[in-house]
Amino acid sequence: MQKLGDFKLPQFFNYPPYFTLQPVRDTREKQVQLWKELILDYCRTQKIFVIGLEEEFPLFSNHLIERSLSNEAREAFLSALVSEGRAEWLDRGHRKCLILWHRIQDWADILLHFVRDNGFEDSVMTVEEIRTGVESRGTELHGIDRIILMRALKLLEHKGKLAIFKGTSADDEGVKFSV
Amino acid sequence: MSTATTSFFEPASVTSSGRPVLHQAEVECHLLSSVDLETEPTTTATTPINSLDFPALKSGLGILTTHRLLWLPSNATTDSSSPISIPLSSVTHIFSPKKSIKSMFHSPRIRFQVSVHSRSVLVTLVIRGKGDIDGFLTKFWDCWRGRAWEIGNDSGGGSSSGSVPASGSVSGGGLYSSDGSVRLVGVSGILRKEQEMWESTDKSLQEAFHDLNALMRKAKEMVILAEKMRQKLLSGSSSQSNSGNDEEMGSKEEMQDWLLSVGIVSPVTKESAGAMYHQQLSRQLADFVRIPLEKAGGMINLIDIYCLFNRARGTELISPEDLLQACSLWEKFDVPVMLRKFDSGVKVIQNKSHSDEEDELEAHFAVAFVTFLVACPVFARIKNLVSKPEALRSGITASDAAMTLGIAPAMAKEHLLTAESKGLLCRDISPDGFRFFINLFPEINSDDIHMVKDHGIYSLWIKTVSAQKSETSTQHDNPSNANQTLIGQDLRWHCDVMIAR
Repeated sequence: MQKLGDFKLPQFFNYPPYFTLQPVRDTREKQVQLWKELILDYCRTQKIFVIGLEEEFPLFSNHLIERSLSNEAREAFLSALVSEGRAEWLDRGHRKCLILWHRIQDWADILLHFVRDNGFEDSVMTVEEIRTGVESRGTELHGIDRIILMRALKLLEHKGKLAIFKGTSADDEGVKFSV
Repeated sequence: MSTATTSFFEPASVTSSGRPVLHQAEVECHLLSSVDLETEPTTTATTPINSLDFPALKSGLGILTTHRLLWLPSNATTDSSSPISIPLSSVTHIFSPKKSIKSMFHSPRIRFQVSVHSRSVLVTLVIRGKGDIDGFLTKFWDCWRGRAWEIGNDSGGGSSSGSVPASGSVSGGGLYSSDGSVRLVGVSGILRKEQEMWESTDKSLQEAFHDLNALMRKAKEMVILAEKMRQKLLSGSSSQSNSGNDEEMGSKEEMQDWLLSVGIVSPVTKESAGAMYHQQLSRQLADFVRIPLEKAGGMINLIDIYCLFNRARGTELISPEDLLQACSLWEKFDVPVMLRKFDSGVKVIQNKSHSDEEDELEAHFAVAFVTFLVACPVFARIKNLVSKPEALRSGITASDAAMTLGIAPAMAKEHLLTAESKGLLCRDISPDGFRFFINLFPEINSDDIHMVKDHGIYSLWIKTVSAQKSETSTQHDNPSNANQTLIGQDLRWHCDVMIAR
């Protein structure tokens, strides 16, 4: 079976009808289900957070069988993820899609584990430090999309686990944990 | 009540769509609607007959054939009287219509005498509907005198011309009786000459028509001959079925098919059926489509039927409008076939049971699916087709299916779309075109997208696809090339078959 980088593709990736939006309801449901699984699986392993509909996305075309998804099909599959809470449209035009292989709630839990594991219960960190700092290296938080991280932080702030404040530099924010 | 009737008159058998079952070489000549059949014993009857034995048969369909006079109830389902037939051979006398003041106000009547088993009755046909009564009477005389039933009996022999003088008394009407013994003198002589020229032209014209009649009689003989050959083939194949090799058997079956489709011996024509034309045509068509429909797997293109039907009719061709009208009349009769129009505009004829099955399918998809595949040969064949290695790799198009199923591409596409909607197939639209694949989606596990069950069509598909990949990579002699030539031969063969049809 062929691979995309180090990602192992499933057998049905070479099945031409997989790339045509199926009109029959039962068949379409199954097709959509398989696409959702594959997109989440691929994004999780490749740490991809945003899929742009107009940009080249490796999963959406198969050069071996010379098939690629139409824009309509791409939007249909991503919309299915959105309706399940596994993705969010970043714009009204549905051109960019945020993929949540972990839900925001799960990301918040991961963040809390990270704080407890490193003894940051009462510390202050910047948002950038969490995303790219030495402390988060090797964890799932490393390289996390800024939008997703901010959503998780806001969720925790809402629960009183931390406070977000404007930092010294204008483009960065600070976080005061109080777990 | 009906038993009393049938004790004197022979019952007539009708087909499921209400058309009379005709004897060998029997041809319908004229139809009249709303005919009452009244019967009364004659005074000369040797055995006393109770007049109650003959209830009046009201308002039915009168059909005159070369052999019989048939009376069918106009609505078989509600009418308790059963169809009867009077062989023309038992008619002993046809009365000339009485011309009186009274007859002008009455419905027209045709009276004739019938004698069966030394019992003689007077039958009166009362024609209440509109119709060509004079034409009917003329045909009645012609058929009665024609004695077609005798021709049929003497083993199809040629001496059919002898039947006309057999009825005696009927001659040319004295047209050629005078031989020119009058002297050709003066004005009367010129007139006489003129008269002779007239007579000779008339004679040659009559001879020309006589030839035509002879040709028609020959045509009938040809049909009888074809039927005989078929019978011979049938008996031959059954006696040596074990020894004969397959190929021979195949050609024999083919031969039988050809002979069977030589023709409808008695096509319904506008001339014979008049106002009843479309109704009778509709019933005849319903009877006719049964066999082609069965062969085509329960559904057949309207255009195909048009061709087949007209070929079977020989010279009495019908127009496409007539065919459509005949099909649309089926709704009114209790016939097992129906006309169906697809969304795409393709019109087909199908069994009623066929459509019922589909409705049932809508109701409980999963359970009925298997029975559907078994019950519907077309879908079984489509499934078979898409499971072949070549189709697993690259799918099939409507024309592939058309060739395999032996039907028109537009029809094949309808079948494929139906199969798709039932979950048997799914589609692949690419720059290469619109193709159908066997539906693998139900077999794929969505919880573990890498899992492949050992058995089933999904694993078969993977094996086939990977086999192809290794073939192309090792660059062995290419079996797909051989396939291509095979497909080419197939195509040519199919084309031949289509043309032959």
